[in-house]
Amino acid sequence: MQYMLIFTEPTEVFARRENPAEAPAYWGAWTSYMGAIAKAGIMVNGDGLHPPHTATTVRVRNGKREVQDGPYADVKEQLGGYVVIEVAGLDAALDWAAKSPSAEYGSVEVRPVLPQPAR
Amino acid sequence: MSKGDARTAGEAAARSSYGRLLSLIVRSTRDIAAAEDALADAFAEALRVWPERGVPDSPEAWLLTTARRAAGHVRRHQGVREAAAPALEQVYDAMQSRTPKDFPDERLKLMFVCAHPAIDETVRTPLMLQTILGLDAARIARAFLVEAPAMSQRLVRAKTKIRDAGVAFEVPDTSVLEERLEDVLAAIYAAYTLGWDDVPGEAAVGEPLTQEAVFLARLVVMLLPQAPEAKGLLALMLASEARMAARRGPGGDYVPLKEQDVRLWNGALMAESEACLRAAAAFGRPGRFQTEAAIQSLHNQSVMVGDVPPSVLLMLYDVLVRQSPAIGAAVARAVAYGEHRSAEEGLATLDEIPAARVERYQPYWAARFHLLQSAGQLKEAAEAQAKAISLTQDPALVAFLTARLNRPA
Repeated sequence: MQYMLIFTEPTEVFARRENPAEAPAYWGAWTSYMGAIAKAGIMVNGDGLHPPHTATTVRVRNGKREVQDGPYADVKEQLGGYVVIEVAGLDAALDWAAKSPSAEYGSVEVRPVLPQPAR
Repeated sequence: MSKGDARTAGEAAARSSYGRLLSLIVRSTRDIAAAEDALADAFAEALRVWPERGVPDSPEAWLLTTARRAAGHVRRHQGVREAAAPALEQVYDAMQSRTPKDFPDERLKLMFVCAHPAIDETVRTPLMLQTILGLDAARIARAFLVEAPAMSQRLVRAKTKIRDAGVAFEVPDTSVLEERLEDVLAAIYAAYTLGWDDVPGEAAVGEPLTQEAVFLARLVVMLLPQAPEAKGLLALMLASEARMAARRGPGGDYVPLKEQDVRLWNGALMAESEACLRAAAAFGRPGRFQTEAAIQSLHNQSVMVGDVPPSVLLMLYDVLVRQSPAIGAAVARAVAYGEHRSAEEGLATLDEIPAARVERYQPYWAARFHLLQSAGQLKEAAEAQAKAISLTQDPALVAFLTARLNRPA
């Protein structure tokens, strides 16, 4: 089964990316985590994202486009990246989620990916 | 054979083997709701076919085969690749061997699946009761003091989650079993309590729920011999089972513990309960079920020999309410305080329980009635009595509660 691991991070952790003293450790942890996923042969795809202040949110209401600066919801933890993995079941997906850097300081939502409809 | 006979045979099979059949079907469907539908189809088919052709030699095997065919039919229609159906001999083996060495019973495996941490905590026990014992949502809802539609919705959601999120139907190792043990034990105890409350005469078909619960507890003890709480639960249920024959009088009337005829108690079960509790205590890891079993053991001793110091009993109840969030424990503690200290102290202890939790909890109102009556507050007592009577469907309990008001305390 495929699962998307959705990594969310608090604002102060996003700030580490820009801090020369903290950035190497921050990126190092992610590189080694994603490396382990790739090495295990379970990677389907995945990306890190620019921080939430770079987000733009779009809605169409009554045919009218509404564009807004910032992420869709103003909450303490924001989406920082995701990875889709192919594993046997939920328990394996939860094990991988627990190993991620954001499990320590933020949270990881685990969602099964909808299978492609049969053609 | 008459329609009535077929119905009786079908109901007996349903009652005694529902969980065993469901857990075997789930193995191939990996979808609890689909397995339930298939099993329901098989029961409907049995009611149609058995009156004409007679009840098969092994009703369970017939139901299993029919349900598997129904489940396979659905899968083919959904265009999903069908797993190779296991040979019928294997099915018979699975049904007849109650103790294969790897995992003693498919039902127990399904219970541990229902206790997965990814499933909403509040629905784990209801889900186990439904899948293992075939109880309907309305009955489970009554036991958990929630509305039936809300309970149905939670159960449906949990089954969908298990199917779509890919919760494993294999239970990996002992450490995981121990993590989920608390929920499994809670469900077994809930089943026992429901069976204990069964209105006599109504649930006459098949093995009583209480025996099913005891059977499951024995399996858990076998599976996890290092888990003292499993032994504690078994000891607790055996102590109650031992008194089963004495809890009703000759006319089916309700007999409170203190007035029971101890000659009707089952000595063998009582001894087994004591041995089980000692084995649990030897681990030095206390828990709510061990405490409850110790309390039951004291109750039994006090009725038989009458020299149990009340302070020990009250202390155990104090320990229990710290270990267990159950309302039943809090109510029983108040009753004990009322009996061994004073009715006023009992009432004060009862008042510590948040009102919202006891609104529809029958034993609370029965206890309140009893304590108010002892305290001489007769007007309030009558109100509590009316409430207690309105919350039970057991005619013997109604008669007992009614009689208590008429006679001076």
